[in-house]
Amino acid sequence: MDFGFNDEQQAIKETAREMLAKRSPLTAVREAAESRSYPDALWAEIRELGWPGIAIDEEHGGQGLGMVELVILSEELGYACAPTPFLSNAIAGLVIDAGGSAEQRDRWLGGIASGEGRGSIAGTGEEPGLVPDAEGAAVIGLDPMTEPRLVEASDANIEPVELIDATREYARVSADGGEPLEGDVATGLQRGAVALAAELTGIAQRAMELAVDYAKERQQFGRPIGAYQAVSHRCAGMLYDTEEARSLTYYAAWCSGAEPESLPLASHMAKARASDAAWRVTNDALQVLGGIGFTWEHDLHFLLKRAKVGSELFGDARMHRERVASLAGLAA
Amino acid sequence: MDLTLTQEEEAFRDEVRSWLGENDPGPEPEGEEAKFLFRRDWQHKMHEAGWAGISWPKEYGGRGASLIEQAIFSEEMARQKAPPPANVLGLVMGGPVVIAHGSEDQKERFLEPILSAAEIWCQGFSEPESGSDLASLKTKAVRENGGWRVSGQKVWTTYAHEAKWCMLLARTDTDAPKHKGLTYFICDMEQDGVEVRPLRQITGEAEFNEIFFEGAHVDEENLVGGEGNGWMVAITTLMHERAGLGAASAISVRRDLDELIEMINERGLGDDAVIRDRIAELKMGVEALRLGSLRALTQQMKVGIPGPEGSIAKWEWAMLNQKLTELAADVLGPEALRPGTEWSYRLLRSRANSIEGGTTDVMKNIVAERVLGLPRLR
Repeated sequence: MDFGFNDEQQAIKETAREMLAKRSPLTAVREAAESRSYPDALWAEIRELGWPGIAIDEEHGGQGLGMVELVILSEELGYACAPTPFLSNAIAGLVIDAGGSAEQRDRWLGGIASGEGRGSIAGTGEEPGLVPDAEGAAVIGLDPMTEPRLVEASDANIEPVELIDATREYARVSADGGEPLEGDVATGLQRGAVALAAELTGIAQRAMELAVDYAKERQQFGRPIGAYQAVSHRCAGMLYDTEEARSLTYYAAWCSGAEPESLPLASHMAKARASDAAWRVTNDALQVLGGIGFTWEHDLHFLLKRAKVGSELFGDARMHRERVASLAGLAA
Repeated sequence: MDLTLTQEEEAFRDEVRSWLGENDPGPEPEGEEAKFLFRRDWQHKMHEAGWAGISWPKEYGGRGASLIEQAIFSEEMARQKAPPPANVLGLVMGGPVVIAHGSEDQKERFLEPILSAAEIWCQGFSEPESGSDLASLKTKAVRENGGWRVSGQKVWTTYAHEAKWCMLLARTDTDAPKHKGLTYFICDMEQDGVEVRPLRQITGEAEFNEIFFEGAHVDEENLVGGEGNGWMVAITTLMHERAGLGAASAISVRRDLDELIEMINERGLGDDAVIRDRIAELKMGVEALRLGSLRALTQQMKVGIPGPEGSIAKWEWAMLNQKLTELAADVLGPEALRPGTEWSYRLLRSRANSIEGGTTDVMKNIVAERVLGLPRLR
């Protein structure tokens, strides 16, 4: 039994943390959010590192690693709040891999793995679906929960929409026809939810660190506010939420490859817990930061907003909790 | 990352499982005294088969089990609803203290009877005025002929009336700073200067006791780890909490949760949205506790100290147990509120979970100070 990362996984984590700290500090996130555009250089570097294909098999040009490695990257990208189309592309890859025919996999996975022909997928159930990073994608998955199908982006009507999360691009996408996805889309979506849970865990971790650092520095009534239990216990609560989300997310990632029969319950638990944790922790961080946390000038709001939107995508906490209740054995 | 057991670990689990299966003592009897005798017999049986004190080194009669084996053992005990051994404090705290800090004579004298439950141990740490602030304790030990003379009061002592020995933390130097003036003694409970009074709890039971020391005598040879080192001696075992305790407690909460889910289904309440939400919340909490404990255990095996996930386990467990019993009481309605019923007992008993063994408030302080590095308010 070893519920930790192996050396290679640890190295992936450290490389990601270092690279993103250098190439995508919060100042760069702010710049991207304020101009509502992704920095090309960051995505180019991510592609060079082979991240988009981390969980795609070598046959399709990927690295042939698994969900654990994808979750490591996704958590770090959440921690950095990095403005890239990484996550939507990765989730599209997971859904096409599990839900596509051999032909569909051959056609799309190579582009997704290299990032040359990105994929994306609708993250909400209503019509037209809300799709992250639709612009510039090659292929888009629509109606994943009901009648999953793939459409070429050139055949789709893409209406950009601005959400409160300006660190990611969103659009409403509609299209007629397309090719149905007839395989195990549900498993692909469960894996996708786990990748997003990892991003949310990373967001929670970053927000907690911002709050804790501030609580050590900020003085009121002659001492650091972190010395007051009203503040320090709130910070302890952030660790509680973040670690629970992390444990469930890592477990779900492991189940995906090693114990697939446990993936449904594990993925619903991970996404539900991570959605709640990211929102709660970013809120608690705002409370610890006080007035400064409510200003545009402070970076926290980028995390808070991405947490809120992320919690709604690929099943909100309510939906996932409902599934957890059923899978835990409650009769409907 | 690999959450499956290795072949050796699996073999160990199978061995534990089959032994527990074959030697299942059955349900515990009612009543404190009967329960105690039952647990003593059970420990005796465990000891004969080599399962008492599995974490202890082999040279002292233990099994020298690895951390993961200890976790597996605790999980299996919880899974099979096996009762705890009677001398749990001796096994978990007293013995390890003697092994780590005791003299050869002390090891020779004390260890074997702990394992066999021939001599029961109790813990004299908390006092009426020293709960979370344990180091402020006032029970005093002063030198007298051939040893020490003890006066003071201890509280929340499990099995004090059954115990032969008390792990006694007493102040031997009133001038030293509070953590430095304490000494760790092994005090004989069978003497005139020691009086034990049962302490009735909100459940109506008396699981715990108060101990009054009035001129009790402790032989010089029963001082452990040197005069003035009591805090350090006491803390070593508190720090090496039982490996896998979190994972084992998660297994037993999970078992309780399954029982509750069955109760809800039987009553046709499974489609109630609020109940579904509360069950989902509990399910996630139980699994997060189990998985977090396994992560902490992995970290402890790799680098010697448990990861931060471990420090939230006690807090998580207390909260889960309380929420679970509350939901059960809501589901059962008034039938759960009659004294003496199982769920009324569990509802009330779980109120202590966020107090005993370190209050949740203190656990939050520990997380804030030691994990997050926030300043202390002193």
